[in-house]
Amino acid sequence: MEHYNMNLTLKVWKQKNSQSKGSFETYKVNDISSEMSFLEMFDVLNEQLVHDGKEPIAFDHDCREGICGACSMYIDGQPHGPWQQNTTCQLHMRAFKDGDTIVVEPWRSSAFPVIKDLIVDRTAFDRIIQAGGYISVNTGNAQDANNLPIKKQDADDAFSAAACIGCGACVAACKNGSAMLFVSAKVSQLALLPQGQPERETRVLNMVTQMDKEGFGNCTNTYACEAECPKGISVANIARMNKEYLKAGLNTKE
Amino acid sequence: MGLTGFFLITFLIVHCLINSMIFFNDGGQTFNHWAHFMGTNLIIRIMEIGLFVFLLLHIIQGLMLWQQNKAARPIAYAVSHPERNSAWYSRSMGLLGTLILLFLVLHLYHFWVPSRFGGMASIQPLEPVSLSDYANQEAHNLYREMQIVFQNVWVVIIYVFGVFSLCWHLMHGFQSAFQTFGINHKKYTPIIKTIGMAYSIVICVLFALMPISIYMGWVN
Ligand code: HEM
Ligand code: FES
Repeated sequence: MEHYNMNLTLKVWKQKNSQSKGSFETYKVNDISSEMSFLEMFDVLNEQLVHDGKEPIAFDHDCREGICGACSMYIDGQPHGPWQQNTTCQLHMRAFKDGDTIVVEPWRSSAFPVIKDLIVDRTAFDRIIQAGGYISVNTGNAQDANNLPIKKQDADDAFSAAACIGCGACVAACKNGSAMLFVSAKVSQLALLPQGQPERETRVLNMVTQMDKEGFGNCTNTYACEAECPKGISVANIARMNKEYLKAGLNTKE
Repeated sequence: MGLTGFFLITFLIVHCLINSMIFFNDGGQTFNHWAHFMGTNLIIRIMEIGLFVFLLLHIIQGLMLWQQNKAARPIAYAVSHPERNSAWYSRSMGLLGTLILLFLVLHLYHFWVPSRFGGMASIQPLEPVSLSDYANQEAHNLYREMQIVFQNVWVVIIYVFGVFSLCWHLMHGFQSAFQTFGINHKKYTPIIKTIGMAYSIVICVLFALMPISIYMGWVN
């Protein structure tokens, strides 16, 4: 791939804290290499801002290798930017041309309040996991894995669902701000495996209840979430969760 | 939404089938025969109440969704490209539903109100024709009513527009109902999606052809 340098204009959302209003600020960055990642471009800009005695842009990041889901931002009208099945940290500047103007916003969801600039509070996801996204096992020696035969198809589907990194791009992309893709991936991953069976029904009921409590919107099956998910989580998981929820609702003993 | 929508989808098949009888071009005899059956059969009359209840529930659910989903994103994105991740008609179900509702008000005023509550001034009781059902009965000539209503080009345009809205509403709604019921399958979902597309287009082309054909005088 041919290497080139570019000069860019950035319009970035600046917001002091969750109480303040926030607005866009315009920045210029020069000599950005096409081989940099999007976050490295921000690093260059932030060093320049610090050097000039200005406030750097606050953004979330951790692994920078596409596996933690921290680097959430809405770039040029799409979560994680223009590339498919890709996180912001893995988005490279060769996605842009010299002279481009790039607009960067935080996730927009009432369940994800802005903490500062591009950083949003995603603990709503943690509370959903706490409501049922776990299995309870007695302590003791770990069993031999081969004691539990699992159908290949189920193992594969559970693994694909478990690829969810909880970044929140599904919520950000959805016109309804629905978290169904995230919750359904977590429900599916455990519903498909033998270890998840004892809590299968209470899990889906409690997680969906918590999801609604957090103020996420309702799924209307536009499938924008699947198209924007950096891990390609399938909406088949949402159908599975709908079925699990229906069955669990009919089966509950209380 | 899925359950009520599914009921409406089933209703449309029957409604479209019966109305398509006008294409027999027999002066509306077959059509009026079935319209009369629908208007007098007890089971159908009970189902009509169900239809309105489901339609109302469908609308109420739609309004609730709209309100809750609006609250889930109080601040809109300054720049957003939803066209890169989803179909416009999937994102516009509320708008399409509202257009259908507006069309329905006019439509029910044209046909349903006069046929149930009288006042089809323009309508002659049917002559007892060869079909024995009509003997000694005062049946409404809905076919004649169609001919009168669809003389106005603006009415025809509104109907065609309404039916287009319905087409897009169904293109999303049909497959969406299956997903809501938890059916998403590697083998069957593509088939369901194809059937949904075919259903939406066939039903709506047939419906659109009715006012057009009558206005143009293709059926008589
Ligand atoms: C443009 C094509 C259409 C024509 C020519 C047409 C014609 C008619 C006629 C003649 C009736 C009265 C006869 C009867 O009750 O069976 C009727 C009833 C009705 N139509 Fe349509 N229609 C059309 C499209 C639609 C569409 C798109 C809908 C949307 C769902 C719809 C919904 C209804 C409803 C709810 C009734 C009352 C049914 C009942 O009697 O319970 N129609 N239509
Ligand atoms: S920083 Fe971890 S996924 Fe991007």
